[in-house]
Amino acid sequence: MTVWIAIIGASLIAFALKFAGYTVPPTFLEKPRVSRVTTLLPAALLAALVVMQTFTTGSSLVLDARGAGLAAAIVALLLRAPFIVVVIAAAATAAALRAFAGWA
Amino acid sequence: MATPTDPERRAVIRQGLSVAVATGLYGISFGALGVASGLTIWQTCLTSLLLFSGGSQFALIGVLGGGGGMGAAIAASSLLGVRNTLYGLQLASTLAPRGLWRVPVAQLTIDESTAVSIAQQSLPNKRLGFWVTGIGIYAGWNVMTLVGALVGDAIGDPKQYGLDAAASAAFIALLWPRLRSRQPVAVAIVAAVVAAALVPVVPVGIPVIAAALVAVVFGLLSRTRTPDAREPDGALL
Repeated sequence: MTVWIAIIGASLIAFALKFAGYTVPPTFLEKPRVSRVTTLLPAALLAALVVMQTFTTGSSLVLDARGAGLAAAIVALLLRAPFIVVVIAAAATAAALRAFAGWA
Repeated sequence: MATPTDPERRAVIRQGLSVAVATGLYGISFGALGVASGLTIWQTCLTSLLLFSGGSQFALIGVLGGGGGMGAAIAASSLLGVRNTLYGLQLASTLAPRGLWRVPVAQLTIDESTAVSIAQQSLPNKRLGFWVTGIGIYAGWNVMTLVGALVGDAIGDPKQYGLDAAASAAFIALLWPRLRSRQPVAVAIVAAVVAAALVPVVPVGIPVIAAALVAVVFGLLSRTRTPDAREPDGALL
């Protein structure tokens, strides 16, 4: 029963949190000061997601095969490779280092 | 509506689908871990269907599997979900959902659908990116949760295929085109440093929110700038 309550409770809160963002009136978002912030938000959010996805495990900062994958992705981006090539280069680099070099 | 052969639209679809495949496959980890944490197959699948937010789901079963109470489990899960509110704020003007339509829109509002959407330049492509990524991940994540719950670890850890690095690459590739003018570069660097610095000292989920505050600070301090400082994404609103 505890598990059911936890699942339903967490799901309801998760949905409420997602929904809340869409209840803000458009007039608020159109204010110049707010729009300057929302214009810069994508760069901040994407940069943070890169860090979280690549260099963290739980609450620890770690450097493992994901970091090498990210480096491969950056090289691919500098070479103007298409999106899918960038993604595959990173995956292949990390997978190869784990399979053949014993990286974490 | 633009023609489906429009190369830019096809690029958005490809981006959305590659992110969806890399992320959706991780559902297998959740399915296997859910059952290993003591949830039934049905409970594990329902968590993916209803909660649908990777970090929150792993936090929930992590606490439950570790013997924590339901209050702690719900709290850990919810803390990680706060950033989705921020994503909704960011996407509200793009998707402009009304009434009941806000229900599916809200449910699909997660890291990846937001990332692909906000990385696009035009409004139709922002919407396309959200839906392709959101629906693709919802389908993949839930199917793979069931597979993981049924077969456990038989297929192996998605890490061995480098899928975690694929997600990193997707995020940097989405960020890349924004790094053409000075202000977003500065924001990205400061946000990344702030997020990394906070990881060891604040609960999981908070660093992303702190990174968003970096954009708030830059945005509020930059009001003397010319409108050019808002390039390359001035069409956001």
